[in-house]
Amino acid sequence: MIEPGTPAPDFRLRDQDGRKVTLESLRGRTAVLVFYPLDFSPVCTDQLNVYQEVLGELQARGADLYGVSVDSAYSHKAFQERLGVTIPLLADFHPKGEVARRFGVYEEDRGVSARALVMIGPDGVVKWSYRSSSPLEIPGANLIFDALDAERAAA
Amino acid sequence: MTGDLRSAPIPGPGADDHVRGRPDAPLVIEYGDYECPYCARTDALLAPLPIRRVFRHFPVVSKHPRARVLACAAEAAGMQGAYWEYHDSLYGDQGRLDDPHLWDRVAALGLEVGRFDADRRSEAVADRVERDFRSGLRGGVVTTPTLFVGGRAFPGVPGAALLGSLAG
Repeated sequence: MIEPGTPAPDFRLRDQDGRKVTLESLRGRTAVLVFYPLDFSPVCTDQLNVYQEVLGELQARGADLYGVSVDSAYSHKAFQERLGVTIPLLADFHPKGEVARRFGVYEEDRGVSARALVMIGPDGVVKWSYRSSSPLEIPGANLIFDALDAERAAA
Repeated sequence: MTGDLRSAPIPGPGADDHVRGRPDAPLVIEYGDYECPYCARTDALLAPLPIRRVFRHFPVVSKHPRARVLACAAEAAGMQGAYWEYHDSLYGDQGRLDDPHLWDRVAALGLEVGRFDADRRSEAVADRVERDFRSGLRGGVVTTPTLFVGGRAFPGVPGAALLGSLAG
């Protein structure tokens, strides 16, 4: 998967409401891409729900969260409503998984992204990345706060 | 409440934790949510075991809108000495969780309803619940229930292996 210190690969995706989100549009703030396998699978549900609870505190530290999976924008819209979260969900739908592939987290054999977190700094450079050892292992919100703190200390 | 949410080990039992069971029994620390059906199931599975239990609040409101309200209600009952009785009452019937039901439960336990209602909306109770939640976040809790046994996290309803090891 993509390593810290690497410029993030360019991408342009649509969120659940059809809004365009690109690498360029993320500039100036820290962005955490939350790659997950699929909408509506039970473990993802808890992951995004827990992140939602700390979203305000992440944003106060200058970081925005974006979920990314191979599902379509329409699926994302339904999933977001079902979860009751406001975290934007980006559709890595066509070509399928292309952005996950560019970040080195696509699982070709399964046809979905691995569960992974990638933190992109305001300058467009990857500051931190984490890949779960299995789709069942959900990274805690604490790891995002650790990464933000380490980045601030390094800056 | 804001502050540090970086990784930190789950704290051991503290003076103001809710603890039940024999002091010399194996310790299980649970992070749970009163609106979560898996937590109710877990509560029923743990109840007969010879263990010492700590319960901490992990209300994920985006998933369970009443979770924080219920955690605060249990804390308010606790201020009248009936924390575990209220805990058992909530898990015993998750179909009745609206405010009038919360008052009925308090009255059934012989507690003062007016005092309960003031306490459950108090800052002290909100802070108490939030402290539990944040200690869970810092320990990497991402789902309810999550049990901690011997420093190891067991997310989800406990399976046969864990229950067997706790059965002594």
